[in-house]
Amino acid sequence: MAAAAVAESQFHVLAVDDSIIDRKLIERLLKTSSYQVTTVDSGSKALEFLGLHDDDGQSINLVITDYCMPGMTGYDLLKKIKESSSLRDIPVVIMSSENVPSRISRCLEEGAEEFFLKPVRLSDLNKLKPHLMKTKIKDQIKQQSQRQQEEESDESDFQSPSPPQQQPQESQQSQQQQQQQQQQQQQQQQQQQQQQSNNNKRKALEEGLSPERTRPRYNGIATVV
Amino acid sequence: MGILDNQFGHLQQLQDESNPDFVAEVVNLYFKDSERLLNEITVALDQQNVDFTKVGGHVHQLKGSSSSIGAQRVNNVCTAFRSFCEEKNIEGCQQYLQHLKQEYYLVKNKLQTLFQLQQQLLSAGGSIPAYEMR
Repeated sequence: MAAAAVAESQFHVLAVDDSIIDRKLIERLLKTSSYQVTTVDSGSKALEFLGLHDDDGQSINLVITDYCMPGMTGYDLLKKIKESSSLRDIPVVIMSSENVPSRISRCLEEGAEEFFLKPVRLSDLNKLKPHLMKTKIKDQIKQQSQRQQEEESDESDFQSPSPPQQQPQESQQSQQQQQQQQQQQQQQQQQQQQQQSNNNKRKALEEGLSPERTRPRYNGIATVV
Repeated sequence: MGILDNQFGHLQQLQDESNPDFVAEVVNLYFKDSERLLNEITVALDQQNVDFTKVGGHVHQLKGSSSSIGAQRVNNVCTAFRSFCEEKNIEGCQQYLQHLKQEYYLVKNKLQTLFQLQQQLLSAGGSIPAYEMR
């Protein structure tokens, strides 16, 4: 269905506010602007949600949070997000009913993209698009450079010096040594690849393919005399 | 000063055929939440040792939600009330609690009348025009 296809490419916003009225309002504003919305009533619940859905399809593209909340303030939440290696790239917007310049600059310095004064209006939400598009472009660039790295490392496998060629009338011992060397090299490369893939889950998917490809190649070289 | 400012108009703009009860839902939440807060404030001011920070917190919440639905007079009374909390002025607080209740019931009354009229209009087969911001 066309509608389902559009929904998949929608941005998902996490809205945080302790006021039930403001949660209802921000939800309606965001939905009217065609965003997918999840609302929570506290900073700790927000972190819980972000942590739970870090890996799966429910990833959050932007967090919009009230400043004044009991327990964890919007500022505290902003800090926690920016301090987290997995969450820091998510754009954060702060809302407040109070126009306090020092508060505003503190939030912006800590990495908030925007500061909205309440009551938030539809026109304010227009300012969100560029921040969301920025992360989309960042993701695309990341994916592209990963693919390039993949291709490059595959190529260098192919060009790396093959294990020393030995005479056909080889004693069994040296043949075994040759095989061991090949295995060691394979292991080293797999370890290297493993390290890189730890940094990115997407890479791990593609990693699954490369060992399969390298093994047959080595076998190919080993049998060439 | 009007009882409702143009923020209420912005709320009405968010209502459409796919969300026909949006304004009523928000306003009903506001009534429930405000009456709870007014209660808490009344109880807190009745204590032997008044916790002015607590009272101020409730007033802050009421101010926020009033601003969100456009109840500007309630909003303004809350601002003044908060100063009395900060000064720990018990008489000022008691006086302004009364003001607050008056303004709150005034806006509640107006909104309920508005919804009643809208209902009558719909039952008579009419339609409610979409609100246009000037």
